[in-house]
Amino acid sequence: MSVLLNKGTTFIVQGITGREAVNLTRECLDYGSKVVGGVTPGRKGREVHGVPVFDTVAQAVENHGGPIDGSVVTVPPAFTKDAVFEAILNGIKLIVIVTERIPRGDVAQMVELADMEGARIIGPNCLGLIVPGVCKMGGIGGPAKDAAKSYAPGPVGVMSRSGGMTTEISSSLTQAGLGVSTAVSIGGDAIIGSTYAELMPYFEADEQTEAIVIYTEPGGRMEAQLSQWVADNNSRLPIVAFMAGKFMDDEEMKGMSFGHAGTIVEGVEDTATEKIARLEAAGIRVVERIDQIPDTVKEKIGADA
Amino acid sequence: MRFYEYEARRIVELAGIPVTKYGFCTSAEQARAAAEEIGGPVVVKSQVLSGGRMKAGGVKFADTPEEAAAHAEAILQLEINDQMPRGVLVDPKAEVKQEYYASVVWDGTAKRPLMLFSDMGGIDIEEVAETHPDHVGRGHLTNLFPIPDFEAKQTIAATGVSGSQLNRATPILARLARLFREYDMTLAEINPLAELTDGSFVALDAHMEMENEAVGRQKQLLRTQLEIAEEDTRETYEPSDFERHVAAIDAADHRGVIQGKDHGFTGNLGLVIGAGGGSLTLTDAVRSQGGKPANYSEIGGNPSVAKACGLAKEVLEKDGVEKIAVMMSIVSNTRVDIVARGVIKACLELGKDPGETIAIFRIPGAWEDEGFKILERYGVEYCDRSVSLWEAAGRAVAKVQGAAG
Repeated sequence: MSVLLNKGTTFIVQGITGREAVNLTRECLDYGSKVVGGVTPGRKGREVHGVPVFDTVAQAVENHGGPIDGSVVTVPPAFTKDAVFEAILNGIKLIVIVTERIPRGDVAQMVELADMEGARIIGPNCLGLIVPGVCKMGGIGGPAKDAAKSYAPGPVGVMSRSGGMTTEISSSLTQAGLGVSTAVSIGGDAIIGSTYAELMPYFEADEQTEAIVIYTEPGGRMEAQLSQWVADNNSRLPIVAFMAGKFMDDEEMKGMSFGHAGTIVEGVEDTATEKIARLEAAGIRVVERIDQIPDTVKEKIGADA
Repeated sequence: MRFYEYEARRIVELAGIPVTKYGFCTSAEQARAAAEEIGGPVVVKSQVLSGGRMKAGGVKFADTPEEAAAHAEAILQLEINDQMPRGVLVDPKAEVKQEYYASVVWDGTAKRPLMLFSDMGGIDIEEVAETHPDHVGRGHLTNLFPIPDFEAKQTIAATGVSGSQLNRATPILARLARLFREYDMTLAEINPLAELTDGSFVALDAHMEMENEAVGRQKQLLRTQLEIAEEDTRETYEPSDFERHVAAIDAADHRGVIQGKDHGFTGNLGLVIGAGGGSLTLTDAVRSQGGKPANYSEIGGNPSVAKACGLAKEVLEKDGVEKIAVMMSIVSNTRVDIVARGVIKACLELGKDPGETIAIFRIPGAWEDEGFKILERYGVEYCDRSVSLWEAAGRAVAKVQGAAG
């Protein structure tokens, strides 16, 4: 079992001829993922690590001879909306947007179209997702051998607003002998395609997942939404959270943004202190130190077993 | 990006929302002329990017052009919350019958813009929402389709407003919603939206904020219509020398990204850290263990040796910095050996011993074996992923405190 991806998941890379995209295509292929095409307008006929390049998503779908499951979008911010619309309207149901610095209005449009067409967006400003030993979609974990070192299969689902911290936390779970069921880098922007609460039902339905770890930051209402979800749904999954950026609560840091575009405190509710209180009120264990995550998860899984 | 009131007024005016006949002035003489043209009592308002103007004495009423000029003279020299005004706005003193509130903001959870309307304008909307929730109307907007007037009408009618007031306010809220979307605003607010004694509606004050990511595609509005210079970025504070230097090093080379901030940081431990989430985690970890960071920084996207070196040098040259800690969460794109080379080079070029100066180097991941070899050669303490970010930060703090003690 796994979340959103499986052994047979096919996907394309939009913007495949870019430097970063060439690398992630290599990494995904090495990991065993099925990259069935790439799109860069005007570059039809080329190949990237043996993957055929097309001008349009429709050509890629035609060449594949049937529906394609996903797309990793790595085109510049000004072109991302169009690329995502193209993917959705050509029947693609899972879209990972790597691009950062996309205006919120564009992201909201993509999400609204995805909702209408039954597609799911992960990101933007993310590294994608990985099911250890099965499939990785995006740059998450880096080259296949590095990804294998950080991500062993196991019972813990990971969701993180930081791509780097997705791997840091997963690696600590792997080192502790726990391992990861599916890890999702959900993106660091103020509006993203899939929030913690929106992904919880997938983990809930996944038999392999026994606990959830989330990495959170100040800014936004995503943690409040998760707290509400936990209160409304009698979830079987214990959740352990880590909150970074507590220093941003200091008076002199007010109104400043650190790390990710979404990490800006605009009201009392999005401070670290307020979020921690809200998560804890919902029964989510918030650990003080990053290195306390594996033991806390063990405790939770043990207590539930 | 934030706008001054006179710009926000211009923006709503461009969207077809009625405003009073205001004048933006940068001298007492201009203020006198503006008041003469308006004819009658006026209000002179300081143009600063800050709230609390009234309390600070930045808003004054005048009955004659001479009085307006005198107020302008005083207000133009009045600093409000560390800001000198950009100018003054001279506005006719409106005969207000009733004040309303209209705004559009993002609802990040719904991923849609949210219209807010209240018939209790002129005061803080959050206060109204708390004390008189039935006086606040809310309506979500589509991102994809044209925004219809009826959505605005529904939002206003929810507060109990009817009659000609409803019909006059509806197009104003609908236009505000359209401009929010068209101009990539994160906040578009009219407060108060005034109903004058003659029954007409005007925006008496407006507050606009545009998303920074969209500034590049809003050139028509920003440069042509509002004539805002490109370098006028409206940051919340003046960048420090450290921040400007780091930004210049980053801009000089397209490979990788470095960022540095030191606003609010005054410690003795320089941080050469990354990436986004790792930097937040590490800054907390240093502070929680009694350390005093001299700065915040981010490394990402595989920077060149020169870039890593440049950042480390800037950090080392900050006043009061005794040692630096070089730490990142596990890297898959950025190369450990390149960062190692960069920070060692920085120490050597400043005549410092890398083994003494670098309190700890904790970057596991791509090319770590090569990186660790180099660090070993220079006697720098390093560690791999078996040492957590928390522990690495703790070791750095202990070292810099040991050195200070």
